[in-house]
Amino acid sequence: MKHLKAINRKAARMEAVTGTDASRPEGAKDVIALQQGPPQQPEPPHIPNGCSLVFSPGWEADRNGGTAGLCQPVERDLFDCHMGCFWPAQVPDQLNHAPDWTAKCAAAQKDWRKIDLIFPDEKK
Amino acid sequence: MSLLGLREFHSFEAAGRRFLYLVPSAAVFALDDCSEAVMKELGAGPRAAADLTRELSARFDQAEVSDTLAELQRVRVVGEMAAKQQPMPKIVPLRPVPLQTLVINVTNQCNLACTYCYEYGEDKIVDTENGQQPKFMSEETARDSVEFALRESRENTHAHITFFGGETLMNFPVLKSTIAYARRRAAEVGKEVDFSLTTNATLLRPDIIEFLADERVGVTISIDGPEDLQDKFRVFNNGQGSYAMAAPKIKALLSRHRSRPIGARVTLTRQTLDVSRIYRHLADDLGFWEVGFAPVTTAPGRDYAITDGGFDHLLEQFRALAAEYLDASLNNRHHGFSNVRETLQEIHQGHAKAYPCGAGIGLMGVSTDGRVALCHRFAGSDDHGLGTVKDGVSWDKQQAFLDSHHVSNKTDCATCWARPICAGGCYHEANTRYGSTERPNLHYCEWIRGWTHTCLEIYGELAERNPGFLAQFDDEPAERVS
Repeated sequence: MKHLKAINRKAARMEAVTGTDASRPEGAKDVIALQQGPPQQPEPPHIPNGCSLVFSPGWEADRNGGTAGLCQPVERDLFDCHMGCFWPAQVPDQLNHAPDWTAKCAAAQKDWRKIDLIFPDEKK
Repeated sequence: MSLLGLREFHSFEAAGRRFLYLVPSAAVFALDDCSEAVMKELGAGPRAAADLTRELSARFDQAEVSDTLAELQRVRVVGEMAAKQQPMPKIVPLRPVPLQTLVINVTNQCNLACTYCYEYGEDKIVDTENGQQPKFMSEETARDSVEFALRESRENTHAHITFFGGETLMNFPVLKSTIAYARRRAAEVGKEVDFSLTTNATLLRPDIIEFLADERVGVTISIDGPEDLQDKFRVFNNGQGSYAMAAPKIKALLSRHRSRPIGARVTLTRQTLDVSRIYRHLADDLGFWEVGFAPVTTAPGRDYAITDGGFDHLLEQFRALAAEYLDASLNNRHHGFSNVRETLQEIHQGHAKAYPCGAGIGLMGVSTDGRVALCHRFAGSDDHGLGTVKDGVSWDKQQAFLDSHHVSNKTDCATCWARPICAGGCYHEANTRYGSTERPNLHYCEWIRGWTHTCLEIYGELAERNPGFLAQFDDEPAERVS
């Protein structure tokens, strides 16, 4: 932590237990507020059912009425376009051209940096 | 938009810096400029993160404020107002906890007749005079006690035995044989055992001093200060003061017994409230390594009871002596004011106590007839008994005690920031004062908060200016007996 300095042993334990600082590569700076909230109950995966009927977190409360997942990175929205309602102009065509484009991105909130840009293969 | 607000904490300043003591976690954090500003703003009332960022935008950029907010939320000193705050869960041990310290009352007789004595004075809870219990513990009961201590220490490799009284040295023969027996038995079961005792020093003899030094027995001397203060209450049956008898023997003990630090334990009364003079005499003139003070335990209205104004006066004096302790510690010199040292130790560890002390959990007391009670102060009391050294203690009774004495039962304590360190205070004091061990000691709340605040300031000063000094508090302390 940068703004609070742990002084006694309990504070040091709290920092170790609640923090992700130690697990991050040295010197790496990350967007902490977006990725780490207070401990939450595990929730079933959020699978949107279509653009207009169910709103995805980012705009409103999620389907359980929770607000914890609000304000996700914009990249999170890609998945809504990609899975629930296929929007070929916006996302790569996973069936034909880019079957692996989300392979490294298990959870968009955390792994969105690993989604790569996809370019059409000129040689084909 | 959700509003952020402050949770429970106590703030203090040391070495020009602002610190937080978090409640109920007992963690201590130092603030930087940004976190101090955020805490100050939130102190004026809850608000949305965005508003807070805007209000502080002249001094800190947005990222800095939101990082700070995230950190403050992470340690739970700031939280969403809408989120319901969970009360601290009441967690009671589910199985017996290893016994760390067994206090063996080897006798209930004393050669002194101190007016304020909790064992024989006006507020005694056990009748030790009408022959219900043996005056001296037999060798057999003492051996059973040793077996009990080793057995109940369970998975611990270490057991600690404290001899107590009455005047402990009135039963020196049993004390001596018990130590030999305990050493032999501990070796057989592959454990370590060590010993301490409390005495008024009047019965020390050269051979006893030799024995205590050779056997590395920790010694605490009950003494109230220089002659005029000591002789006010610590008197023989005929009213004669005990200082003249005790002082030379204490000097002899201190010059010979070097294997363990020797401490003085002072009982403070309304008539003897002179902390600085008492400390000077005991530490400088007599040469005690440590001096600890405890206000007398008494029912309200006793002549020697410290009244409200007296506690303020006491706090002032404690603060003056604590300033001396800080000064010495900043220069890595020893200072023997043990009340500060013990509180610093607790602050450093940061345990959030569910119970004020280890009585009935890691510490128990045995009466001369072998009955086991919460602690030595209750030894022999049927109302506070847990079992016997021969037959063991009842886990049902122990659990019932733990359930009814948890700090979460003490509603008065629920809003107090000092509860992680106090947890309601001494059971015996509460029993004497209010007639129930379950009651918190409300008569000294202000004093506890004032004293804890002072010790937090000292802790903060040391953390900033001489952090190496605090390493000595890394180890867990043994339970103290007084």
